[in-house]
Amino acid sequence: MLDETSNIQERKAWLSLMARAPEGRLAALAHGLRPGFDWLRKPETGSVMLRGRAGATGSPFNLGEMTVTRCSLKLTDGTVGHGYIQGRSKADAEAAALVDAMMQTADAETARNSVIKTLEAEETTRRDTRARKAAATKVEFFTLVRGED
Amino acid sequence: MYVAVKGGERAIENAHTWLAEERRGDTDVAELTVPQIREQLKLAVNRVMAEGSLYDPDLAALAIKQSRGDLIEAIFLIRAYRTTLPRFGYSEPVETGDMACERRISATFKDLPGGQVLGPTFDYTHRLLDFKLAAEGELPDALEREAAPTRTPHVTEFLNREGLIEEAIAEDATPPDLTREPLELPAERALRLQALTRADEGFTLGLAYSTQRGYARNHAFVGELRIGAVAVEMEIPELGFSIEIGEVTLTECETVNQFKGSKTEPPQFTRGYGLVFGQSERKAISMALVDRALRWEELGEDFVGAPAQDTEFVLYHGDNIQATGFLEHIKLPHYVDFQSELELIRKLRREAGATEVPEAAE
Repeated sequence: MLDETSNIQERKAWLSLMARAPEGRLAALAHGLRPGFDWLRKPETGSVMLRGRAGATGSPFNLGEMTVTRCSLKLTDGTVGHGYIQGRSKADAEAAALVDAMMQTADAETARNSVIKTLEAEETTRRDTRARKAAATKVEFFTLVRGED
Repeated sequence: MYVAVKGGERAIENAHTWLAEERRGDTDVAELTVPQIREQLKLAVNRVMAEGSLYDPDLAALAIKQSRGDLIEAIFLIRAYRTTLPRFGYSEPVETGDMACERRISATFKDLPGGQVLGPTFDYTHRLLDFKLAAEGELPDALEREAAPTRTPHVTEFLNREGLIEEAIAEDATPPDLTREPLELPAERALRLQALTRADEGFTLGLAYSTQRGYARNHAFVGELRIGAVAVEMEIPELGFSIEIGEVTLTECETVNQFKGSKTEPPQFTRGYGLVFGQSERKAISMALVDRALRWEELGEDFVGAPAQDTEFVLYHGDNIQATGFLEHIKLPHYVDFQSELELIRKLRREAGATEVPEAAE
């Protein structure tokens, strides 16, 4: 099951990817997935206090909060899924928990193909576009040579 | 004696109805939507998130709409809302060294690894009103260029290699949280940084400017200013490992300041630090200057009586919600208080009159 390090890394990757998705996107992509489930914890919105470090590498301090919505559910086969997403969308949190559970079952490919791969591709495009726009604003210094030698 | 006064209900209700109508303005003009505010007044949204101390662009945009653009009122709404949220926990400290930098400049090093990236800045604009914005029109697309997918190191990382700058060494003590315990003095740096990052931008800017004009002796360079997205990671108890729970845009400023050295430290550069939600660079630079001024004691500098060196003055007056709450309460009914003041004045005048009248008669 999921007690191996590589499986934890994989699960961490898909949960993190879903948490970062723009609001509404996850629920839209997961719309067709409807395995039966029972709630372990219905979606609830709360806050997480973010921390920074003094001087970027020094001692931690409290920076301010962000909104987070979470939930947990159990598929009919007993697989447990957890959803944690940024923001206040209960539908997105539900979709995250559902996909998290499915990714641990024989339905993993369905969830990967309909949700995870699309989110990965969209995030890559989004990040690349901004990185490329930033790169276009990079200063190219040149030196003016003055005098004879 | 406390006297309850009733009778204002209808006036209050009617005032709020009129407020709603005034908020909407001329109905011949299209109504502003929350996504429009979120996307097109992004820097106002960032300020409300930073000083409201809650990262949620949609809520900040809604607060700006509700407050008719009064940003302190919007911040008040966000602060009130955040108290209703259950706290799920604390994140790991964000790794700003891994930031996807959209802007990254240094005023101290021209050729730094990763380069000078201007990003979407107002710098070098001519500050002339652009009347094209008053008309609808197509915009040219921002240009793109090949981007190297490398990590951008902090400027202080390579200054540190020569030992020329103080190091920021991590001590992983749990930092105090002023949203949980009331602010008490003396305040350690972690508490000061929390208070400064949510402090009023105008107040912080004024204090920072005062240090530049000589009210506290330190001359700051912007060693580095960076803006971009960082991941937020948190340990999830039910999973037993940490995951990213989202991504936030932050502005970080590190200043480099002269330091003559002390009995234990050789002459070297010292640092001030600013980290603020959103693209908030004026605030981040201000925060770094004030942070550095407040560090006089640990660096063995003299207290020269400058406001920016006075922790109590800075921390107790920087919060605009506390300040506006106390300031604005004096406009609310104080009839009974004032009645007693009125009687006191009348009594004093009677007494003064009683002694003056015989003199006049002489």
